[in-house]
Amino acid sequence: MRLVALFLAFWTLALPAAAQDIIADLSQSRVAITASFSGSEILVFGAVRHEPGAAPYDPANPELDVIVTVSGPLEPVTVRKKARKAGIWINAEALEIDAAPALYKVASSLALEDILGAEEDLRHHISIPHAIREIGEVGEVGDADAFTEALIRIRTEAGLYEEMPYDVQLKEQTLFRANFELPSNLVEGVYTVRIFLTKDKQIVSDYTRVLNVRKVGIERWIYNLAQDHALVYGILSLAIAIAAGWGASAAFRYARGS
Amino acid sequence: MQIYLPIAEISVNAFLLLGLGGMVGILSGMFGVGGGFLMTPLLMFIGIPPAVAVATEANQIVASSFSGVLAHLRRKTVDFRMGMVLQVGGLIGAGIGVVVFNFLKSLGQVDLLITLSYVIFLGVVGGLMFIESVGALRRARSPNATPPPRRRQRGWVQTLPFKMRFRASGLYISVIPPILVGICVGILAAIMGVGGGFIMVPAMIYILGMPTKVVVGTSLFQIIVVTAFTTLMHATTNHTVDMALAVLLLVGGVIGAQIGTQIGTKLKAEQLRVLLAGLVLLVCGKLALDLLLEPSELFSIGLSGGHS
Repeated sequence: MRLVALFLAFWTLALPAAAQDIIADLSQSRVAITASFSGSEILVFGAVRHEPGAAPYDPANPELDVIVTVSGPLEPVTVRKKARKAGIWINAEALEIDAAPALYKVASSLALEDILGAEEDLRHHISIPHAIREIGEVGEVGDADAFTEALIRIRTEAGLYEEMPYDVQLKEQTLFRANFELPSNLVEGVYTVRIFLTKDKQIVSDYTRVLNVRKVGIERWIYNLAQDHALVYGILSLAIAIAAGWGASAAFRYARGS
Repeated sequence: MQIYLPIAEISVNAFLLLGLGGMVGILSGMFGVGGGFLMTPLLMFIGIPPAVAVATEANQIVASSFSGVLAHLRRKTVDFRMGMVLQVGGLIGAGIGVVVFNFLKSLGQVDLLITLSYVIFLGVVGGLMFIESVGALRRARSPNATPPPRRRQRGWVQTLPFKMRFRASGLYISVIPPILVGICVGILAAIMGVGGGFIMVPAMIYILGMPTKVVVGTSLFQIIVVTAFTTLMHATTNHTVDMALAVLLLVGGVIGAQIGTQIGTKLKAEQLRVLLAGLVLLVCGKLALDLLLEPSELFSIGLSGGHS
């Protein structure tokens, strides 16, 4: 009850500023990882609900822009850098990054920096560098920025991080859609889809949806067995190996007719 | 055909895995090596996380070694007695190896140690074997050369107590050298995450003086037990054995092992040793280059927490 009251209070407070609202949905609310999973696509679509009596759409002076982000589960990662010591290349420095999304894609109706102010970016963690939460330990490595850049570079090359400017199609300041490719090396977890409506580089409205990525069928069964009944799983793996070894041997003997 | 691996959490081509399994299986059947020293780097190269690659590889080696050992059993080229003695040493060694591994892990730089030990052992073993077997081949080619006196047992091996008769190998030697060999291989196997066949095979030929014919089958027999133990350890502590990946690899692997055993019987022992030596040196060279040349990407990403 108190929550509702609080929400109402905020809503009425925010009302004058929020002249626009977002209504949106995803083409699917869950992604099932099956044995033959080889990537997926997700369509984010929706509309901007304008306040009654708002200025009519003026094609010469569009003022609204849309940013859509898809973020995988956050996980801590270690970035290591090799250096030459005594003639061989070894891991020398390492930087712990508190939380980096396993996947992060940000699409926008124009170039991101043209429609989003730096402060808003920082507050809402929208651009890729800001989506990665950095660390407490200062002075551990010489140049921490180089490590975060490397993380972004490697994951961008792997198709996990992507900036997609001009990839949100916005029609008549109202209808929008954005298509995201999910790569085949997707990890399980709860993904977040966020939609931001910006005006004069300020966020005027935002909307969040959750996307569940789950293994199903045999994938689910194998994963659960490996986690919950590790000994059974290990013995089963060995049994399969022994059976396969014996099977091949028997088959070959039969084929040679001896 | 793409398949999503449930533990590795990556989608890969099933035929690629079958092919890799088959190729390594052929080598396994021919030389009596598990093939882990080849397969583990190959799996990492196609994007399988290292922890999953090491654990799953152990499981696959069980299958291809079992398939290979059955073929050798029918030809009675497995010395069970020697296998058991080596096993005793191997399990002691594996226990020591795990302790050493964890100690080095706490110091950091365990990756470097693994690569360095690969380079050193592959280099030394491969080099010695290559020189010896090329020499043997040359002697076999020249028809009027007298065969060198066959020295199966080294002097110091003869003087040790606790002698035992190994009928299949035609040896009557002390059990101490085989146990020591087993311990050394066990330590290395635990640290390097392989069955240890590529060290075991030369050790049996050159230190214990076993005939090459028996060495392959006996080595396979010993590898089965070591890798089965490793698989269980990885499955219960790290949860990194990927059953789907293992099945694909081992289907290719067991077929390859049968073919490899066939090829092995048609080649001379010296030829087999030259080929194995060449292979070992090749892998060694690749790993050494990785250490010596400046990598194109200086940075690497690892998940913190859980496994390293």
